Amino acid sequence: MNTTAHGFKERSVKALQNTTLQEALARAYGGFVHKRQAAIDALPEFDALCEQARRIKDHALDHLDHYLEGFEAALTAEGGKVHWARTPEEACQQVVAICRAHQARRITKGKSMVGEEIALNEALEANGFEVVETDLGEYIIQLAKEPPSHIIAPAVHKTRGEIAQLFHTFHQRIERSQPLAEVPDIVEESRQVLRSVFLSADVGITGANFLVAETGSVVLVTNEGNGDLVSTLPPVHIVVSSIEKVVPTLEDVTTLLRVLGRSATGQAMTAYTSLLTGPRRADDRDGPSAMHVVLVDNGRSAMLGTAFRDMLRCIRCGACLNHCPVYGAIGGHAYGWVYPGPMGAILTPRILGLRAAPDLPQACTLNGRCQDVCPVHIPLPALLRKLRMEAFTQRITPPRARFPLALWALLAKHPRLYHGVMTLAAGLLGRLGQRRGRFRTLPFARGWTEGRALPTPAVQTFQSCWKHRRRSDPS
Amino acid sequence: MPSESIGGAPGTAVRPAVDGDCVAHFTRRITAAGASLVRTESFATIPEAVRAFLDELGFSYNLVCSGERAFDTIAWPAGFTLALRTAADGDHSSLTGVVAAVAETGSLVVAAAHHSPNTLHFLPENHIAVVRTSQVLRHLEDVWRLMREHSGMPRALTFITGPSRTADVEQTIQIGAHGPRRLHVVLVDA
Ligand code: SF4
Repeated sequence: MNTTAHGFKERSVKALQNTTLQEALARAYGGFVHKRQAAIDALPEFDALCEQARRIKDHALDHLDHYLEGFEAALTAEGGKVHWARTPEEACQQVVAICRAHQARRITKGKSMVGEEIALNEALEANGFEVVETDLGEYIIQLAKEPPSHIIAPAVHKTRGEIAQLFHTFHQRIERSQPLAEVPDIVEESRQVLRSVFLSADVGITGANFLVAETGSVVLVTNEGNGDLVSTLPPVHIVVSSIEKVVPTLEDVTTLLRVLGRSATGQAMTAYTSLLTGPRRADDRDGPSAMHVVLVDNGRSAMLGTAFRDMLRCIRCGACLNHCPVYGAIGGHAYGWVYPGPMGAILTPRILGLRAAPDLPQACTLNGRCQDVCPVHIPLPALLRKLRMEAFTQRITPPRARFPLALWALLAKHPRLYHGVMTLAAGLLGRLGQRRGRFRTLPFARGWTEGRALPTPAVQTFQSCWKHRRRSDPS
Repeated sequence: MPSESIGGAPGTAVRPAVDGDCVAHFTRRITAAGASLVRTESFATIPEAVRAFLDELGFSYNLVCSGERAFDTIAWPAGFTLALRTAADGDHSSLTGVVAAVAETGSLVVAAAHHSPNTLHFLPENHIAVVRTSQVLRHLEDVWRLMREHSGMPRALTFITGPSRTADVEQTIQIGAHGPRRLHVVLVDA
């Protein structure tokens, strides 16, 4: 998809004023948080499993080349083919070339965030292929021509009324006078419409939740079962995955699965967890006759030697989004690219460059909830602070934020000056606001006072109060 | 299955405690995940269990099935047809065995193979799975042991934990997205 990580502020303001979005966000926010909590309360070993999950990912990242080559060797031995792509363009070219070689026309897709990241649908459509998303959430946003707003619930920003209206517009062949009203009817219609698409596709494309080096298996986690239909019915299955998804063994992936489902949807196990290892075997009666895995780097290996390596542990559970007050207030689209919330605020500037997303590291209150709920203990607030520092030293931080920071830094380094300025400011504001006890508007800070009042500060600063007291009560 | 040289992440393995009777644990878990389950004492009584399930929903006795040896030995009553083949659109009900079941998560484990076409597990509206009590393993890891002891990983190995579902419309869980609308487990004491 196109990058619009600029303009974060404008989009945030719009999101806050959008009442349908606010309604959808409020509903989702509570749901995810409670389901996760219930699942964790039911599993005393959860913390120990998270610690083990962190160790596994750290170990895999320490030996990333080894395990990736192991994965390639094992999958090749089972008849699969691995392709390496440094950039989104390379990855898209490889997928297009495979589809061409098989003379494909119609392509079904399972949900893939890496697919979104490399703008795969756009590339396929530009080359004349028909692409149909089959995960219901992805299908909805494909009809709406919108990017996903959540990494595991792409259409979480849409109300049922909006979805029904989309179906009414696009499913012309189904005769009815009114748009659908109820959730079961919407799901049923998507099942019927997509059934024939599943059965007639020439190529199926999915993402991967994990790759297992030991066996060359691609692990796919879904609730709808669409991933299994996409990877079983068409004659060709293509997987797009980023390189950091590889883990050493089947035991290792088991630990990650135990924390992924619970952190994401509160499920101990999603309805379908599949390990796909190569194309159909000689005597299999179904399954694709070719299986390709495109391994995408797109900035990952450059993160390895840096503090941002920790971010590569991310298993895309979405818990940090669900617990983020900023995400909860503005939703995913305001972040401007495919990865929203805390993980997106770090990944987006890392992958696209800080200049492409100057505001994202600021979109955080540093409350720390994201880190608390992250199953692989990624220090998200610390990484965000690091990005802020980078932005400041590289002079990417916008002037309206740079100037006050520089001023404050100057004052903080000169205690006498600090004291003098504060006494003056507190005295002035204190006297001006004495009558009402608060300021409804302030010059230079109208944006801030639009939504709240500033309480009048005490006339005296803390320091002068302190001095005064010491003098009158020296004990 | 390769390969000894891969090694794994260091550290002691933690597993969720699964205390007591695995079969009881499995039963609790998979029904909580939305599957229906009936326990029956022998292979001979499987047709009865299948018939009761189909009758209640008003489906015919035409089944597409996997090539379980046990299915051949059963005397299927008149009216039943069993076709060993891949599932096609329009097949209402499939009958399959499993390679294992897992108590920890309440999952069935199915594997694609010549006698077990993968479409049987995903295309029909009703998936009826026959599980022997002796197939119920305690932990997910026990499945890997089984795979290593046998011929390695199949083309597709799937843990099925309840019927197909989606929460993509307003976070409301709705059963019957793209896969089976119903998962019925016939648990045989064997
Ligand atoms: S950063 Fe952590 S909490 Fe956020 S999506 Fe990744 S793994 Fe989940």
